[in-house]
Amino acid sequence: MNLSPILRIAAFATAVIALTSGGALAQKKYDAGASDSEIKIGNIMPYSGAASAFGVIGKTEEAYFKKINAEGGINGRKISFISYDDAYSPPKAVEQIHKLVEDDEVLLVFNPLGTPSNSAIQKYLNAKEIPQLFVASGASKWNAPSSFPWTMGWQPSYQGEGRIYAKYLLKEKPDAKIGVLFQNDDFGKDYLKGLKDALGEKADAMIVAEESYETSEPSVDTHIVKLKASGADVFFSVTTPKFAAQAIKKLAEIDWHPMHLLVSISASVGSVIQPAGYENSQGILSAAYDKDAADPQWNNDPGMKKFTEFLQQYYPDGNKLDSSTIYGYGAAQTLVKVLQMCGDDLTRANVMKQAASLRDFQPDTLLPGIRINTTADDFAPIQQLRMMRFKGQNWELFGDIMSGEMER
Amino acid sequence: MELFTNQVLAGIATGAIYACMALAVVMIYQAIDHLNFAQGEMAMFSTFVSWQLLQWGLPYWAAFLLTLAFSFAGGIAIERILFKPLAKAPILTQVAGFIALFSIINSCAGLIWDFTIKQYPTPFGSAPFLGSQLISTHQAGMIGITVLLLIGLYVFFQYTRVGLAMRAAASVPESARLVGINTSWMIALGWGMAAAIGSIAGMLIAPVVFLEPNMMGGVLIYGFAAAVLGGLTSPFGAVVGGFLVGIFENLAGTYIPGVGNELKLPIALALIITVLVVKPAGLFGRHIVKRV
Amino acid sequence: MSAVEELASQAPAVQAVPKRAMTLSSGTAFVVVLLLLIVPLFAKNFVIFQLTQLLYYGLAVLALNILTGGSGQFSLGQSAFYAIGAYTSAILMEQYDVNYALTLPIAGIICFAAGFLFGQPALRLSGVYLALATFALATAMPQLLKLGFFEKWTGGVQGQVVTKPDAPFGLPMSQDMWLYYFTLAVTIAIYIFSVNLLRSRSGRAFMAIRDNEIAASAMGINVSLYKTLAFGVSAGITGVAGGLGAIAVQFVAPDSFTITLAIQLFLGMVVGGVGWLPGSFIGAAFIIFVPNIAESISKGLSGAVFGVLLFLVIFLVPHGARQVAMVGQQLLERARKR
Repeated sequence: MNLSPILRIAAFATAVIALTSGGALAQKKYDAGASDSEIKIGNIMPYSGAASAFGVIGKTEEAYFKKINAEGGINGRKISFISYDDAYSPPKAVEQIHKLVEDDEVLLVFNPLGTPSNSAIQKYLNAKEIPQLFVASGASKWNAPSSFPWTMGWQPSYQGEGRIYAKYLLKEKPDAKIGVLFQNDDFGKDYLKGLKDALGEKADAMIVAEESYETSEPSVDTHIVKLKASGADVFFSVTTPKFAAQAIKKLAEIDWHPMHLLVSISASVGSVIQPAGYENSQGILSAAYDKDAADPQWNNDPGMKKFTEFLQQYYPDGNKLDSSTIYGYGAAQTLVKVLQMCGDDLTRANVMKQAASLRDFQPDTLLPGIRINTTADDFAPIQQLRMMRFKGQNWELFGDIMSGEMER
Repeated sequence: MELFTNQVLAGIATGAIYACMALAVVMIYQAIDHLNFAQGEMAMFSTFVSWQLLQWGLPYWAAFLLTLAFSFAGGIAIERILFKPLAKAPILTQVAGFIALFSIINSCAGLIWDFTIKQYPTPFGSAPFLGSQLISTHQAGMIGITVLLLIGLYVFFQYTRVGLAMRAAASVPESARLVGINTSWMIALGWGMAAAIGSIAGMLIAPVVFLEPNMMGGVLIYGFAAAVLGGLTSPFGAVVGGFLVGIFENLAGTYIPGVGNELKLPIALALIITVLVVKPAGLFGRHIVKRV
Repeated sequence: MSAVEELASQAPAVQAVPKRAMTLSSGTAFVVVLLLLIVPLFAKNFVIFQLTQLLYYGLAVLALNILTGGSGQFSLGQSAFYAIGAYTSAILMEQYDVNYALTLPIAGIICFAAGFLFGQPALRLSGVYLALATFALATAMPQLLKLGFFEKWTGGVQGQVVTKPDAPFGLPMSQDMWLYYFTLAVTIAIYIFSVNLLRSRSGRAFMAIRDNEIAASAMGINVSLYKTLAFGVSAGITGVAGGLGAIAVQFVAPDSFTITLAIQLFLGMVVGGVGWLPGSFIGAAFIIFVPNIAESISKGLSGAVFGVLLFLVIFLVPHGARQVAMVGQQLLERARKR
């Protein structure tokens, strides 16, 4: 920290004012990182390294908070968003989180990205009782309020989505022979687990081939060839965008036309389907919880109009076809909602309490009918998805809204 | 048996990617006697430049040739500006320079063109080649261009004055200087040629793996492995090495039970190391006799 | 075809460093240790954490320095040994309830064995070939750690959480501060060991091999033994550093030990000065702090800024911090003479 002396005095003065005024108005309560004028929010993102594609999420969130500040802030307080690069490396994430908590003294840590990085900081943040709010990862372990009361996820869990596909297959194609292609990490293995759990004892009979790939491989072509040879008639693609597009293209090239299930992470029209070719993507099945900016059916949607206007005004470099911008917008909007609900009680305990009492909240970017609900023993904000089929140049939603959570 | 043939064919198809990159690796090794870690990123950047030209409406081959020229000039510029001042620095410092270059190019490409994947066209189409669905016309075209490049390089290094001078400058710089070769410019020329060959590799690989700033990360590892397996001094060896790595990796993934699929890269690398222990200069490399 | 390489006329890959110049004078060393002891008492907790980081990364760079600067062998695979050390400590602590301090020597011994074994095939390789072989080891390691077969111990793709130890004997200090002093003690012990190793008969053998392998073997040095020994010692120290890192970070996962780590350690060695042991810690400071500086200058271009800063450093001081130290020493001596 290289604060100039003037700034330091200014900061000290603010602190003194905050302290004295805090005494006068008893109902205003603050933990470190919050004051009458400011709310400090910490974040870590992979701005560099192999996962840097996700850095867009952090940039979108920064832009969104700029918009909120320009519109007067939250109950008069400006958001100061401090986002650091962890290069998708857990040790670096731990270093940055120490810096956020001990040096910057943030009120909460919002939307840190990646299962490995979040696993590395979870214990530390819970020991320090600092909210690890709306984790940007679909692992199911963020929904464990009894053991980790300071950690909360945001998006639907990978396992839950895997279960949705299993339910669909059991209903529509009970004699399916499934070939799975999955990324060899927590993300891939979680989807596979969800699928297997929901298929139950039929899993062994139905899954005829499992192929894992490493992100260091240039292409997944050879895995596709092997899956075709296994005689599968359902292709379950648990892949990140680049590999999903490679798979779609290769399937067409080798003239293999199984039922193609594609995970929601890679269902973006702009960043997967279009590069892979519309003609190769007809009939692909997937599930979604948010809208796709490349999809013309949302052109007149009021929520998406707000999103597009936001991008133009506050993040003109942002690509609306990149699903990360939609993700960042939705997550940031959820946080703003929680902070508004906190009112003048900006303590960490109250932040978690309010985050756990969201009722039917619907960010602009979520699909119609999908709402965010949390309770003290349910820390999984978005649990619903809708199945969809690719037709022409956009996704067609079908069926009911489905929940991937286990029946209790 | 059908599975075996399929896997070999699929291995050849991926091997073509590695072979292409390995050629670029050998080229730079001939010129500077080192591996350049930033080579993949330079190729990626060139490919983005050609993509941008295509976006501006240029026909494919015009963009291709312009990119070649750009890469050649860019390679020379990088050598003159960044690495010539380091010529007297220790070798390990130069390697650190390659890593710095890697970081700069990757980061700039990400800022200019962002990290979403881009479709990249192929001049050969992607229909099945000779009725085999495992090798597309693009992959056949890629193999064809790789072979053409190989022949071109062979002729260049064996029969042209510049090619011979370049080899001399890389392996025995002092003696080369004594016979009047401008070794400094030979190195710059090598950088230019390596960058140009890299850009061809990039433009051929992009239609298969999709264009994005991190596209060459995985390819470069395989390219190095292929070049080392075939022998860093032999363009022919590099190409053969590329195909061997592709085929072997695939067969290991298919036929080694249990861990084969998960560990196919480590298994392939272990095999290469075994080969190196037996033949330290690679399969087709020149054996270096040490004289004290 | 065969070609003759003029070994005698070519500069060796690693510059010869006289053994006296590899260390600090006792006066400087005293001041540095005193500073390292006192500073944490007045620093923020975060600074203490960063200093701890500096120490264990410094140890890992030091280990590479012994291998490259000492015996002239090159490795891009240090992240693999670091991972083995980290996982050894994590698994012993969490699953077998072994005291954290005891896990470090075990991690060191296991890594020494691993390094010694890897040194055997590496004997026949040199230069770029050795670089590729070690590079292969580094890329293979995360995949090995993910293997289902080891999942019972490693936690597979999910990794393993590690508990941070409390200060013993009811000492009134925070966990981070205790860990810092513990790491400092281990670091000083290993540093003294390394200095003595390089001054010993083995150290002289390492350097003879580095400067001219053929001449060394003609002098009766068992080249294969000493080369593998250098690999083993280097891997062992890296393993201890890895164990300390696992305890400080409280988490191990395959993604923590990718090739990026090996490259960082390599950069640390170059920036610190190949063959100059104290430089290892300056190099470690570079790889920890410079990315943060780059990020604060530009988030979108942090990689580019880092690259430019790295270029600046190697342009100004191609021999790393060692060069700065030597120039400083000369100036001091000149001032004294006047």
